[in-house]
Amino acid sequence: MAHEHKLEIFRGLLKFKSNTQKIWGVLIFLSIVTAIEVALGITKPEILTKTSLIGMKLLNWIFIILTLVKAYYIAWDFMHLRDEKTSLRRTIVWTPIFLVCYLIFILLFEADYIYNVYKDGFVAWDF
Amino acid sequence: MDTTVTEENVWGGGNRPLGASYGKLMMWFFIVSDALTFSGFLASYGFSRFKFIETWPIADEVFTHVPFFHGNYPMYYVAFMTFILIMSSVTMVLAVDAGHNMKKNKTIIYMFLTIIGGAIFVGSQAWEWATFIKGDYGALETNGGRILQFVKADSGERAALADFAKVIPGDREQHSKNVGVWFKDEPTLTSYTVEEVKAGFMANPNILIRTETINEDGEKTLLTREESLSRIQDAKLVVEGANLVRNEYGSRLFADFFFFITGFHGFHVFSGVVINIIIFFNIILGTYERRGHYEMVEKVGLYWHFVDLVWVFVFTFFYLV
Repeated sequence: MAHEHKLEIFRGLLKFKSNTQKIWGVLIFLSIVTAIEVALGITKPEILTKTSLIGMKLLNWIFIILTLVKAYYIAWDFMHLRDEKTSLRRTIVWTPIFLVCYLIFILLFEADYIYNVYKDGFVAWDF
Repeated sequence: MDTTVTEENVWGGGNRPLGASYGKLMMWFFIVSDALTFSGFLASYGFSRFKFIETWPIADEVFTHVPFFHGNYPMYYVAFMTFILIMSSVTMVLAVDAGHNMKKNKTIIYMFLTIIGGAIFVGSQAWEWATFIKGDYGALETNGGRILQFVKADSGERAALADFAKVIPGDREQHSKNVGVWFKDEPTLTSYTVEEVKAGFMANPNILIRTETINEDGEKTLLTREESLSRIQDAKLVVEGANLVRNEYGSRLFADFFFFITGFHGFHVFSGVVINIIIFFNIILGTYERRGHYEMVEKVGLYWHFVDLVWVFVFTFFYLV
C-alpha cells in the first residue's frame, strides 16, 4: 500500500480528499450500520420475525448481511485490502470464504438432522 | 545462481509477486488461519444451536444489564462495546496513516488512544462475564437437565428466587476443606434449597413456570398454574448464575460457548493491547524513526483490525441472531 491510497468507496459514489477523511467516513458508515442492527434487535419488527426465508427468519438474514457489509469495509478500508494487489486480496478473501461456506453447510445440515432425531425419536429428554 | 538472477525470478522469491513485504505477508498468513479458527468456533456454535433450535436461550433476555444502571436494557451495553472497538480501530488506522507520513508525535497519540480503547473493551468484557456468572433471577433444574424459570403471573415479569422462596430454618453450613473432619469440600451452596423454592412456589399462586421451549411467537413457553404445579415436581437442583456445567439461562452449551468464544476473543484483545503497548514504547524510543519506516505499526494494525472484525461476527451471532 505504501505508495498511494484509493480514496473512493461505494464504487466511486463517494470520493474523499485524503486518507484520514476516508477513515472518518468509513467510521460513520459502520456506526450507522451498527445502530440499524441494534435498533432492529430491540424493536424486532413483526414483519421481519414472522417471515422466514430458507429456514431462517428474515430478520436474522438482515443481521448476517449487515455483518458481512461491516466486515467488507473493515477489511477493505481499515486493513487496506483496497490498496493491495488484486492477487493478494483474492488469496486472502476467497480461501476462507470457500472453506467457511463448506463448513457451515455441513454442520448446519447435520445439526438439523440431529434435531429431527431428538424430536421424532423415542428418547424422552424433557422430564 | 547469480544474485541478480534471483532478484528477477519470481519463483526464486527474489522480488515481491504480491507487492507486500515479508512481515506483512506473514501477518496475513496468521490472520487467515486465525480467521478459520474463529469460523470453526462460530460454526460449531451454529451446529449446537440448530441442534437445540427450539430450546436455545434468547440473548435479549440474558444480556440485559448496563453498569451503574438498574433495569432492563437489552443489548445497549454490547452495542457500546462494539462502538468502542470500532473506534479504537479508527485510531489505529490513523496511527498507521500518521506513521506513513513519518509523524512521530501523531502516531504516539493515536497508538495511546487505541490502547485505551482496547483496555475499555477488555474491562467491559470482564464485567459482562462477572454479570453472566453471577446471574440474576435463579432457576430450577429438572431431573432431565431442563431449566425452569419463574414469572410473576400478574405483571408478566421474571421472578427471582428471592421474591418467593420460603426460608426454612435449620440451614446447613458450607463444607470446606479447612474445617471438615474428612478434608472434603463441596460446590458452593445455593442461596435457597430446592425444598425452600418448592415451598415458596406452592404458597404463592402468583408465580408461574417458564420452560425452555420457544413457541411460535419466538417467546419462551409460559405454563398455567396447574401445569406449573405438576412441572415443579421434576425439579432437582437450584441453579444460580452460570458455570461450565449448568446455567440458569437454559441450554448448558449456551454458557459453554459464551465462555469459550468471547473468552478466546477477549484473549486476542488482551494480547493485542500488550503488543500495542510494546509498539507504543518502541515509537517513543524512536526505533522506527531510526529504521526509516513505520511498517511495524501497520502490521500490529492488521492484527488489531482483525480482532475488531471477529467481534463484529461474535456480536451478530451471539447477541443479535
